Amino acid sequence: MNRSAIDLWVGIFVAAGFAGLLFLALKVGNLASFSTAQTYQVHAKFANIGGLKVRAPVKSAGVVVGRVSEIRFDNESYEAIVSMNLDYAYQFPRDTTAKILTSGLLGEQYLGLEAGGDGVMLKTGDRLRLTQSAVVLENLISQFLFNKAAEGKEAAK
Amino acid sequence: MQQSKIVEISNVSFGYDPAVPVLREVSLDIPRGSVVGIMGQSGCGKTTLLRIIAAAYLPTRGTARVLGTSTRELDRDALYAMRRKMGMLFQFGALFTDMSVYENVAFPLREHAMLPEDLINDLVMMKLHAVGLRGAAYLMPTELSGGMARRVALARSIALDPQLILYDEPFTGLDPISFGVIVRLIRSLNDSLGATSIIVTHDVQEALGVVDYVYFMAAGRVIAQGRPDAIRASEEPFVNQFVNGRRDGPVPFHYPAPAYDADLELAAA
Amino acid sequence: MTPTSNWRQPEMRVADLRARLERLGGTVTFQIWRLGFASRFLGYLLLHSGTALRRFRLTVAEIYFAGVLSLVIILVSGLFVGMVLALQGYETLQRYGSSEALGILVALSLVRELGPVVAGLLFASRAGSAITAEIGLMKATEQLSAMEMMAVDPIARVVAPRFWGGVISMPLLAALFSAMGIFGGYLVGVELIGVDAGAFWSQMQAAVDVRNDILNGVIKSLVFGVAVAWIAVFEGYDAPPTAEGVSRATTRTVVTSSLAILALDFILTALMFTGGNGK
Repeated sequence: MNRSAIDLWVGIFVAAGFAGLLFLALKVGNLASFSTAQTYQVHAKFANIGGLKVRAPVKSAGVVVGRVSEIRFDNESYEAIVSMNLDYAYQFPRDTTAKILTSGLLGEQYLGLEAGGDGVMLKTGDRLRLTQSAVVLENLISQFLFNKAAEGKEAAK
Repeated sequence: MQQSKIVEISNVSFGYDPAVPVLREVSLDIPRGSVVGIMGQSGCGKTTLLRIIAAAYLPTRGTARVLGTSTRELDRDALYAMRRKMGMLFQFGALFTDMSVYENVAFPLREHAMLPEDLINDLVMMKLHAVGLRGAAYLMPTELSGGMARRVALARSIALDPQLILYDEPFTGLDPISFGVIVRLIRSLNDSLGATSIIVTHDVQEALGVVDYVYFMAAGRVIAQGRPDAIRASEEPFVNQFVNGRRDGPVPFHYPAPAYDADLELAAA
Repeated sequence: MTPTSNWRQPEMRVADLRARLERLGGTVTFQIWRLGFASRFLGYLLLHSGTALRRFRLTVAEIYFAGVLSLVIILVSGLFVGMVLALQGYETLQRYGSSEALGILVALSLVRELGPVVAGLLFASRAGSAITAEIGLMKATEQLSAMEMMAVDPIARVVAPRFWGGVISMPLLAALFSAMGIFGGYLVGVELIGVDAGAFWSQMQAAVDVRNDILNGVIKSLVFGVAVAWIAVFEGYDAPPTAEGVSRATTRTVVTSSLAILALDFILTALMFTGGNGK
């Protein structure tokens, strides 16, 4: 095997290797979507974030418009502060509601935005005032039992 | 700097394992321009001595001065600089099997001399011509016979025109013709290059015909030395046994064993 | 003839046990000493890698022998692993009505684990053993000593290019393995079984994160490449210069590399895929 043939094959090999990596990054992974878009950051406070994780999607009308970037705990108001990066292309009014929803019945939790009617749009660093916390299963069950107990008392009267 | 003695070994003692000495206070000198033979039984330490000269090992005691410098004083760069003035022929050639004959001989030239390709080509062809294998330049080492491989290795070891050439058992396993060729090449190359050669071997008769001086070793010591005629006529028992190939002498035929009767079943009955 | 009793005197039993413990201790100490020697060897090799990187031609030749010649086994194995993943995965997923997650299953399994690990194991057995045998034989036929005598450092000239050739080839082979596997999964899942192609790819893209999954897979394959290349060149260089010695060294390369890959995989997975993510 002479020098130039070896060089040729190694070149093909390395090129194929990089092509494989590129294929994985673009077609298999989510590189194509999102990482290059310009974003602006807004915050929201929640009483309970449930199972929301960093990098969870932020959706409005079911379409991904951003990602959760940071989740912190506010030691003064004892609430969770969620920071999210929204795509610059999508502008939301100041009175947009943020809710923590679950995709499917037992799926991943994501942040849903419902646009309000205010004329002024959100700017970087703004805080969404209207929030709805995640539904926690234990609270739901105890609420259900409480309701059932209340109904029972009513019927017994 | 002209040295009259290319190699000076003074009271060198050495052992691979410190508890088992292989060389015991060996002293010898190799004058410039001569072909010197170091002979002895297998295991007498002659190959080890060669390695000490090549600075592959440092003596435990004593000094080895090669080409004017003690091997102890060499740092890595100085060691490599010294080795560029030496050539070594290994027992079975040690050619690089993944390169052709041409590439093997060109190896030291490419690694050490910044020469243009056509100059390297000329030098390689000259060296191969000196050993008679110019026509085999593009064969691979696996396609060569033992004798041819040995000659290519010889061409490789003289590629940089060394001042000192070391031969480690160069005649092992050769047919009579290749044998004669190598023997004559050692002499002619030594003289035409103005170099000094050291041959480690136990092929007595042929070696005695080509060397200027002989050192005889046994059990890590030099037990005899002299010009070939003196060695041939030597009365020293070991040398006598060695040179004439006698069955018995200082080196006994029988390996130490209990009495013969004891091992045979007959005695017990 | 007096019958020999199987009952040994207590002192003899203790002596027996002691002898065995000493031998075991000796083996362990020897292995630790050898590890130290191997580490010094690696340090020396890295320091003297200048030649391998400056005269890149040498390393390119080694990338050919280690990487290109392993392509066939890597691609074919990758294809089959992906196909089997799809088959087995579908079996289980469709029981929970989640057969559309097949793409996610195949992709994540390959990119995170199977790609680097299986490609690493195959690389160790094909290229690793070849490198060990080559260096071992060069040592046995005195080629390395001859080079040393010609004032050329054999570690810089022979060993370092093979080391770097292995390190460079490994991530590329792992990526090709994963890519081929996903393709195999697609072939079986979509073409053969009939899972929806759109769901297959889109769910996969939503679930596989470039930074977390793919990059971590590449890092894993790099670590495995260093480990396998190091073990292969060291065993070759340290092999006794006999036929038996070289053959034992090649076996040791394959066994040690495989164990190292699996152990490192555990450590890296624990570091990368737990701890960091779940907050």
